[in-house]
Amino acid sequence: MSGRGLALTSALLVLAPLVSACGERAHASSEPRSGGAATVFDATRDAFSLPVAELTPAQRAQFFVGNSFFNQNWVSAPASVPERDGLGPLFNARSCSGCHFKDGRGRPPAAGEPFVSMLLRIGVPGVGEHGEPRGHEVYGDQLQGAALPGLASEGDARVSYTALAGRFEDGEPYELMRPRYSIDNPGYGALPVELLISPRVAPMMAGLGLLEAVPEETLRALTDDEDRDGDGISGRVNLVWDQRAQAQRLGRLGWKAEQPSVRQQIAGAFMGDMGLSTELFSGENHAAQQVDSRRFPSGGAPEVSARTLDAVTLYVRALAVPARRDVEDERVLRGERLFEEVQCARCHLPSLRTGEVADLRALSEQTIHPYTDLLLHDMGAELSDQRPSFQARGSEWRTPPLWGMGLVSKVNGHTRFMHDGRARDLSEAVLWHAGEATSARRAFERMPRGDRAALLAFLESL
Amino acid sequence: MRRRERTPRPCSWKLHLRVLWLASCLLWGLGCSRSESSATPAPVQLDEARARASVATYADIAFAVYGDSLALARALDAAVVELVGAPSSETLRAAREAWLKARVPYVQSEAFRFYDGPIDGVEFWLNTWPIDENFVDTTDPTQPPGVIGDREHYPEINEALLLKLNGAASETSISTGYHVIEFLLWGRDESPEGPGARPPADFVGEPGSVQARRGEYLRVTTGLLVKQLAQVADAWDPRAQGNFRARFQALPVRRALGLMLKGMGALSGPELSGERLTVAYETKDQENEHSCFSDSTQRDMVGDALGVENLCLGRYHRRDGSELQGVGLCPLVQSVDPARGEELTRQIQASVAAARAIPEPFDQAILGADAAPGRRAILETIRALETQAASIARTAAALGVDLGLATAQAGKP
Repeated sequence: MSGRGLALTSALLVLAPLVSACGERAHASSEPRSGGAATVFDATRDAFSLPVAELTPAQRAQFFVGNSFFNQNWVSAPASVPERDGLGPLFNARSCSGCHFKDGRGRPPAAGEPFVSMLLRIGVPGVGEHGEPRGHEVYGDQLQGAALPGLASEGDARVSYTALAGRFEDGEPYELMRPRYSIDNPGYGALPVELLISPRVAPMMAGLGLLEAVPEETLRALTDDEDRDGDGISGRVNLVWDQRAQAQRLGRLGWKAEQPSVRQQIAGAFMGDMGLSTELFSGENHAAQQVDSRRFPSGGAPEVSARTLDAVTLYVRALAVPARRDVEDERVLRGERLFEEVQCARCHLPSLRTGEVADLRALSEQTIHPYTDLLLHDMGAELSDQRPSFQARGSEWRTPPLWGMGLVSKVNGHTRFMHDGRARDLSEAVLWHAGEATSARRAFERMPRGDRAALLAFLESL
Repeated sequence: MRRRERTPRPCSWKLHLRVLWLASCLLWGLGCSRSESSATPAPVQLDEARARASVATYADIAFAVYGDSLALARALDAAVVELVGAPSSETLRAAREAWLKARVPYVQSEAFRFYDGPIDGVEFWLNTWPIDENFVDTTDPTQPPGVIGDREHYPEINEALLLKLNGAASETSISTGYHVIEFLLWGRDESPEGPGARPPADFVGEPGSVQARRGEYLRVTTGLLVKQLAQVADAWDPRAQGNFRARFQALPVRRALGLMLKGMGALSGPELSGERLTVAYETKDQENEHSCFSDSTQRDMVGDALGVENLCLGRYHRRDGSELQGVGLCPLVQSVDPARGEELTRQIQASVAAARAIPEPFDQAILGADAAPGRRAILETIRALETQAASIARTAAALGVDLGLATAQAGKP
């Protein structure tokens, strides 16, 4: 069966319960509950920060404790609060919320400002032991732009933009900003010319538990590696290293689907972004020659206890997805039809079904509307970071979920989109699409103004 | 943001009800079983005039409680100016007392949060918690200096700077509001028996010294508090035209009731029961108690619970001793659904009683074995507030009020 046929069939399958529950509904449209039972009806600044229903009292306690660890700043070791020490000595942020503010989305820095909710992954050509990107022998696989007092940071990430002018078919001009990244003041020796740089903004947290719960078979069935159906759209899974299983597994989280689970994603961020060890990643995020370990002692082994990692993991898994707004607005409905007509929905898949989740009923066997297939797609040379990661080529990115994107301006006060936040609004985000998404982008460029506005109104309603 | 009016067909209407019911449950992460769902009755008929009177009383209480908060914040501001002008144990004590007094009406106002009302636009600068005090001011040489000590990056301390820094580095890197003022007045609470013990000497120094910058910081952030409270009070002023209150009272009555219930429920469940009590109870970490520098956390809890009770009963004790009395939300519910109204009233009053039973100081009450009286009292309050949130959610469902989708629109300033 072709990929599209399969997608259509699975879409019908997942919609079946809705149809049977309510005979007039043949479509996901007008369905406000993007996360199924794990939806929360809130469009305030707290929209990404609320728990799903049906938590047990113990889970509810864990949720709020996890939230406090997510928000609060870690400090250097040794400190009077051993639960919260071990920061760095090299790091990007002092807390999770430093980048994922209000569990929301990061953005690139304003001109001349330091990187706050965005970072640079780095590396050199080649692959590591398990197929992961090969890090630089001193700087590792991520530039940590901050350090404890008395220690040099790894350098200052910089971004500058070049304006690219373009026109919609109706003549209306637009301007895109092409970023260029560089690293000033490298703290530990010159960086090689061939250094690979992959910029990443912090993504929204809500809904990750649901994405983790989509069965592997579902995702594998959506793939079309060789584009057998000839629609120009392939869709591949990433196969990544599972640290706990010590085996290769399907990747689904992160900009390149580099993480197999929420727990590993979090442990990876503790290590890479904050320099905190966990039971999954016990080492350090720096090379021996960078830091005198007698001057900068560890905060324990591990620095983040299993109990804390459990609490933060439960917290993230249990963050509910905000409901859609304006689902019956005429323009939104028209935008939704256009979204499907021009094949945006081919990768930004409107509906998926989660499998059984034993401990969190709200996530279990839900029809959800994340607008992603969690697969890798070629997005063209402009978006390529030239830094392969496991199976993902430089130009391949995982389809990011679109749920909640209309609330980013409310929660995070900006409208910067794409993996590096280069798009300054949703229209620019569409216009940056290339590679497998070229025909969808062209269709958008050809649309009359009213249709473009309708499509964007639909995206705003998510 | 307009929702299209539709003639309800039997099926979509049922779905709509379920969505509403789910909305109310999901909003606070409450356990709602499926059997309850199918038992949800059709929304009761409301007496429009009485419901409108209840909405008006709510707005009256908001204006009164923010008016009191503003007046007492001005008194705090005056005390801070005295302290910074002439630091002494007397002026420091007077400023601390003024802070404690200013908190009394403010915590009672917290039930007006959580629906993009006037307070939600500035709350982030007014009352964010918990705070990482090292971000503002640290004496620990292993930590970066904090805004007050960092002359290099922040040569001048002014309103624009503090507004910009608040939350910019993380959710706990907070530069403004009640708890920053509290930290500057008391200092870190390192004593098991009492609150923080900052000496007045911390404010004595040559212009440009860390001590002088600390005083300047305190003055600027207290001034901001006054400005922002004035803005919120104005939004509820019945004499003003076209303000939030005018739009709020013009809303369809069930929508207004929905916002009222949402604020009360969100405060009771995730905020008080969850973030403020559960985290302190689980971690036994005094950094996780709400007003940790002044040891007034227990009073905050009582005040917050009282704020919900005020709205339930339609009354408020003003700071001048007079009493505002109008049509409460609970009697309104009781008039159409006696059992539900009684349950709601009883539950809200039980939470106030449970909060009152927490022994002071709170940072000692969280310690020890689970059987210790302090921990039992806190757990009791956590449960009472959770039950209260569930009761509020069921009330919303019974009234058939819209708790969800249109809140952002109603809240637009």
